[in-house]
Amino acid sequence: MNHDQILLAHGGGGRLSHALITDEILPRFGSGPLASLPDAAALELDSTRIRFTTDGFVVQPLEFPGGNIGDLAVHGTVNDLAVSGARPRWLSLGLILEEGLSLSLLRRVLDSIQRAAHDCGVIVATGDTKVVRRGQCDGLYITSSGIGEALPGFDLGLDRIRPGDRVLVSGPLGDHGAAILAAREGIQGFHAPVSDSRPVHRLVEGVSSLAAGIRFMRDPTRGGLATVLNEMTTGRDFGILIRARELPFSPGTAALAEMMGLDLLHVASEGCLVMICAAEVAESILAVWRTVPEGQKAQAIGVVTPNQAGRVILESAIGGLRVVDVPSGELLPRIC
Amino acid sequence: MNYIDGFRNQDAAARYRVTLAQLGQEWADQGGRACFMEVCGSHTMAIARFAIRDFLPPSVTLVSGPGCPVCVTDPGYIDAAIELAMQGKIIVTFGDMMRVPGSRSTLAKSRAAGGWIESCYSPVTALELARAHPDREIVFLAIGFETTMAPVLAMLDTARRAAIPNLTLLTAFKLVPPVLAALIADPELKIDGFLCPAHVSAVIGAHAYRPFADTHGVACVVAGFEPLDILHGVEGLLRQKIAGHATVDNQYSRVVRPEGNRIAQRLVDHYLMPADVSWRGLGVIPASGLVLRPEFARFDAESRHGLTVQPGRLNPHCLCGEVLKGKIRPVHCSLFGVACHPEHPLGPCMVSSEGSCGAEYRFASGGVTR
Repeated sequence: MNHDQILLAHGGGGRLSHALITDEILPRFGSGPLASLPDAAALELDSTRIRFTTDGFVVQPLEFPGGNIGDLAVHGTVNDLAVSGARPRWLSLGLILEEGLSLSLLRRVLDSIQRAAHDCGVIVATGDTKVVRRGQCDGLYITSSGIGEALPGFDLGLDRIRPGDRVLVSGPLGDHGAAILAAREGIQGFHAPVSDSRPVHRLVEGVSSLAAGIRFMRDPTRGGLATVLNEMTTGRDFGILIRARELPFSPGTAALAEMMGLDLLHVASEGCLVMICAAEVAESILAVWRTVPEGQKAQAIGVVTPNQAGRVILESAIGGLRVVDVPSGELLPRIC
Repeated sequence: MNYIDGFRNQDAAARYRVTLAQLGQEWADQGGRACFMEVCGSHTMAIARFAIRDFLPPSVTLVSGPGCPVCVTDPGYIDAAIELAMQGKIIVTFGDMMRVPGSRSTLAKSRAAGGWIESCYSPVTALELARAHPDREIVFLAIGFETTMAPVLAMLDTARRAAIPNLTLLTAFKLVPPVLAALIADPELKIDGFLCPAHVSAVIGAHAYRPFADTHGVACVVAGFEPLDILHGVEGLLRQKIAGHATVDNQYSRVVRPEGNRIAQRLVDHYLMPADVSWRGLGVIPASGLVLRPEFARFDAESRHGLTVQPGRLNPHCLCGEVLKGKIRPVHCSLFGVACHPEHPLGPCMVSSEGSCGAEYRFASGGVTR
């Protein structure tokens, strides 16, 4: 293509649309079912137990320390499948491009999608591209759907959680939200937060031999850890107690939170896994996780309690107890 | 963070728990009960976040004062900001203001209705927008206490020197000492001590509280925002009560000087002058606010855009005023947690992350048993 910006005509279905597909999409994603640009991808799955998810990505800025909207879309979809106990297999990607979008930026995003998909072992099977007028979207939106095959052994559900179970997290909390905030506010430097956008499927597959002791998994994206834990406890006859001193935070993220008055329990992660598991398997799971790059900072952060039903309680850094509530209002607009 | 971690040491906190229990018993043995007011919203937040009420003896009560600038902003001010937004001005505000109820609406609803309203972390955002949109009028919602004034005025100073023509402030600056004086003068209130704010004190200096201790016999301790700072501050207040004297004890001397920050004070004096201003729930308090001096009227959104902030209309059932005075605890308001909660705040104390009601609702600190 001889243009350096996306034009409306790139979405018009004519010559430029064709060039966009053949020059930018097929070289990156054309080796699988997408090759012949069918209306629907023909897929072969080994399992009859499948998981299916969809998500939208409208992050600003489009590129941020640690990633961009492209790998974020892949990781977000892969992680939704992984925490449901599935092996991610296929992705669809819908791109909404704004007239005037830099083509070089689009290429970087597509390259990231290609790398992330390869890293996660998933294939981009189908997709769509639309162009909207300048001002009608913020540069680039991505919608992504994913299909995964359920891994044997996992039987996940809130109704399996029991008092005495342990709460584990696979890595530092809040790095993605903090990185987005830092990028927006122009905060740079050696300790500036870096997004944790990354897949968690290896963390799940790595502990599949311990699946019988795993009760529930979630990735704490929008709303952060506080929201995930409250979703687990609301309306249930158990509570969750977490300890502030056990919560893993990256130094730069923690420093930014102090400076900006953020509660990191409310800030999004994009490569973190929260797990409830039986006490007997907790240490084994942590040991496995810590051998995987994305799990090196894995930590047991609390327990499921028979009292405080329906509530998430935090033992503060100095040893006081208080409730952890879900965030209200807009914490950080458009972070994923 | 290592520097901060030292002020969150659990062993040291446990020792404060023991000390406060002993002092509290000693005070109770003298027949005393003490009501201390933490003046600043950041103290309120830290007390809730670190569950500091867990550490207080039964003879000590901590109540929240009017130290959250969002909480004390009149509904008429929100009405004026909304009107400016509907006129096509670009409104720039700290995020907490977005959901504060005006008489009829909020800034968040006005944004959804088409108003251009930007939430920011720094006043500099307003300057950047003014430069980026020379054809639009930018209005920065200049609320805050002594701490916030200096960075806002520094931004204004830059705009003035750069001859930026399209930037104004809608001011609602407020001063801490006059409202404390008003609270002391309220015969319905019995405040034994002030946990004086950290950052405000860094600007105005510890000496600013002398009249409260010397003339009115109210114990004062300037304390930082870290949990051990606060526990240390409460201990200091309790020791003053037991000793039967009132002084200004500066326990945040690593930041606060007796005379404060002269540079910030000069900047404030240069641009602003005292005025009688209205506090949400508290009414008009003489000389309790600061407004732009007449020579800087071109930066004043009210005079430049021909607008006058009117009193506005409060929800008649909202008891935020009583909460702000420390007369009642948030849970004693009939709306608390029922009609008024963080997703649907009726009063400003529920809106702000530093508001007493919001902190009480979110953290239920003191309401969790082991």
